[in-house]
Amino acid sequence: MLGYTITQWTFGILSFLAIMFALMVVFSRNPINSVLYLVLTFFCIAGHYLLLNAQFLAVVHIAVYAGAIMVLFLFVIMLMNLNQDSEPQKTAISKVIAGVIGGLLLVVLVGALRGTEQINLTQYGHSDIGLVKNLGRVLFHEYLFPFEIVSILLLSALVGAIMIGKKEIK
Amino acid sequence: MVEFIIYKSIICVVIFAVSLGIAAYSTWWERKFAGLLQDRWGPSRAGWWGLLQPLADGGKMLFKEEIIPNVSNKFLFVLAPGLFIVTAIMAGVLIPWGPAVSINGTSYPLQISDINVGVIFLLGVTSIGVYGIMIGGWSSNNKYSLLGAIRASAQMISYELAMGIALIALIITSGGTLSFSEIVAKQDAGFANVVWQPLGFIIFFVCAMAETNRAPFDLAECETELVGGYHTEYSAFKLGLFLFAEYINMFVSSAVMAGFYFGGYNFPFAHEIYNAMGLQEGSWVISLIGFGAYFVKTLIFISVFMWIRWTIPRFRYDQLMNLGWKSLLPLSLLNLAITVVVEYFRGNIQF
Repeated sequence: MLGYTITQWTFGILSFLAIMFALMVVFSRNPINSVLYLVLTFFCIAGHYLLLNAQFLAVVHIAVYAGAIMVLFLFVIMLMNLNQDSEPQKTAISKVIAGVIGGLLLVVLVGALRGTEQINLTQYGHSDIGLVKNLGRVLFHEYLFPFEIVSILLLSALVGAIMIGKKEIK
Repeated sequence: MVEFIIYKSIICVVIFAVSLGIAAYSTWWERKFAGLLQDRWGPSRAGWWGLLQPLADGGKMLFKEEIIPNVSNKFLFVLAPGLFIVTAIMAGVLIPWGPAVSINGTSYPLQISDINVGVIFLLGVTSIGVYGIMIGGWSSNNKYSLLGAIRASAQMISYELAMGIALIALIITSGGTLSFSEIVAKQDAGFANVVWQPLGFIIFFVCAMAETNRAPFDLAECETELVGGYHTEYSAFKLGLFLFAEYINMFVSSAVMAGFYFGGYNFPFAHEIYNAMGLQEGSWVISLIGFGAYFVKTLIFISVFMWIRWTIPRFRYDQLMNLGWKSLLPLSLLNLAITVVVEYFRGNIQF
């Protein structure tokens, strides 16, 4: 088909959808719709992981991001009951300032990208690096120390969240 | 390639049809069972023993008036029931219904897709299932619906943790595989997993009941407090889809439990019986018998779900959360610790 393989077609369609949904997150007026578009974006990215033969990462991505984190987002937004009436009015000056800051950020990002050299990626034919067995071996052998550091970070975040959420003890 | 597509299409259609059929007749069996427990007949008018009752119910749902609330988000309102039923059916792709049939030397497993991270896929699908309820509850633009949706999602997130940890213990027992078909195949020799994971099974069972929103965990549609919960504003077949999806969920989670903890298509002395009957490995008769064994186990689990629903009254919401966070989560961690020690002495784990 037009000189592309099925994988390339899948990649193209998934990328198009991912970018479109990501734009819809920003452009949709209703925050609930934004959250739902973000969930769709996550699904597209999970598809990309599948193309890289990283099934574990893809499924965990869906279970954690789409299944847990976004549910909590949706939860909070539903409880706040945001709609057009209760949305705070933005003045013209805040819009101008936001536009300028966003534009500057774009310039910085483009400038940073211009300075980089292109990396020659090594292409693994049928890489099994994303399978659970290999991932576990790498994580618990080569990267054991960073892994433990990350788990301590997560633990401290957990303790912090419980401390904030706890009732005051009198 | 063509053969592969035909085989996958047939198995998809068959499993889809069986899921829907079982879900439809679960509604009949639920009412018969309730009748049995409450010493009355249950449905008895439509057909012999009320066997046509599901069709009558479906027809009634189809011909009712369709009401969409004026102020709701129409697109999401219509989308929600469909989304809910799709996620309910999706977990069914993992279930290995029987030993593989071999035709002309090619082996055809009775499973739609053998995903090598099947267990995590299962967790992912169950956690996505909550979107149907949440979107439905929110787009109804009704306080009761919203409260029901929020209860459902909080409950699902809470019980998923204990379920996940119970599954980790199960994975250790089955030698570190994440594939559903391998977990079932490992129970061929030796005991079913429930022998090594009794506590894990109980935790998983309670969590499965909470995830399917069945009584006594049906706080999301608690009539005494929330009118109808998340489906208060739904009518006609959209309501039907919500109720139907609950039965599909129940069917799939029963099948998952039968596969994970009770050996799936394996049963005691299976090989002796097959040998006595003079059957070859890969014969379709073996697959049929295995499928029958799996199906009977699944139906028993569905009946147990119903038995519990008609026996135990509904929890209070704080009791539900306490059970999830203060009992099941520590118990599942304890189970994990015990499993690691036991499996070390059984030789499944080396340090």
